[in-house]
Amino acid sequence: MQNKMSLSFISISQNEAFARNVIASFMLSLNPTLSEISDVKTAVSEAVTNAIVHGYKSEMGIVELSAVIDGQSIHIEIKDGGVGIENVDLAKEPFFTTGIEGERSGMGFTVMRTFMDSVDVISKVNEGTTVIMSKKISNGADKE
Amino acid sequence: MKVNYTLSNGNLYFYLIGELDECTAQNTRAVIDDVMAKYSKAKNVVFNFSSLSFMDSTGIGMLLGRYKKIKAKGMGVFIESPSTTVEKIMQISGLYKIMPKI
Repeated sequence: MQNKMSLSFISISQNEAFARNVIASFMLSLNPTLSEISDVKTAVSEAVTNAIVHGYKSEMGIVELSAVIDGQSIHIEIKDGGVGIENVDLAKEPFFTTGIEGERSGMGFTVMRTFMDSVDVISKVNEGTTVIMSKKISNGADKE
Repeated sequence: MKVNYTLSNGNLYFYLIGELDECTAQNTRAVIDDVMAKYSKAKNVVFNFSSLSFMDSTGIGMLLGRYKKIKAKGMGVFIESPSTTVEKIMQISGLYKIMPKI
C-alpha cells in the first residue's frame, strides 16, 4: 500500500491536537493497534510541540506535517522554519531543555525515540528543524 | 481539558478529564495550584487519570512541577487509574518512582 499526505498549519498550540489526530486518521489504513496509534500520536505531538515552543517560540510561523505510507511502514516528517537547534545531540539527551521557564521535562526526543522505530533530526540555526520518524505497523488490530 | 477535585478522608483527589499537552497544561497547572492553595492541610494528593485520554512530555513536566510543590508541603503524591496510553509515557518518564501508582 502506498499513500502520501501533507499539511501545513500555523504555530499555535491548539494545532498540536489537530496534528496528532490527523496522523491517527491517516494511519488507520495500516490496520494499527490502539497502542500503535497512541505511540505515533504521542511522537507527533512531541515534534509539533517542539516546533511551536522551541522552534518559533512566541513568533508565528508555519509547521509542515507530511507522511508517507509505504507497505506497512509510516514515515512522518515535521518541519519548521524556526530558530533551529544548535547542538542536536545535546537536545536529544533525556532531561535536556532550553525552556528554562515553564516546567519543561526535556523528554520530547526520548519519547519520540521510544515510540518510533527511528527518529532523525536535521537542523540548522536560524533556518529551522526537520524531524523524520518512521514506524512499522503490525497490521495487528484484528488480533486484539 | 477539565479538572475536577474532591477531598476524601483527608486526601485530595484530582480528576483530569481530556488531553494533557502543551495547549492545556498551563490552565491545568493553574487550576491544580489554586485548589492546592485552598487545601494545604490535605494528607496526600492523588491524580486520577481514568478520564485522561492523552498525555505527552509536556504533561510530565507539569506533573513534576506539581510534585515539587506538593512534596514541599509534606504531602505524598500518587497516581490512580491511568489508561494504557497514559501508562506508557508514565513508565518511560520514571515518574512512578516518586509518585507511585495506587
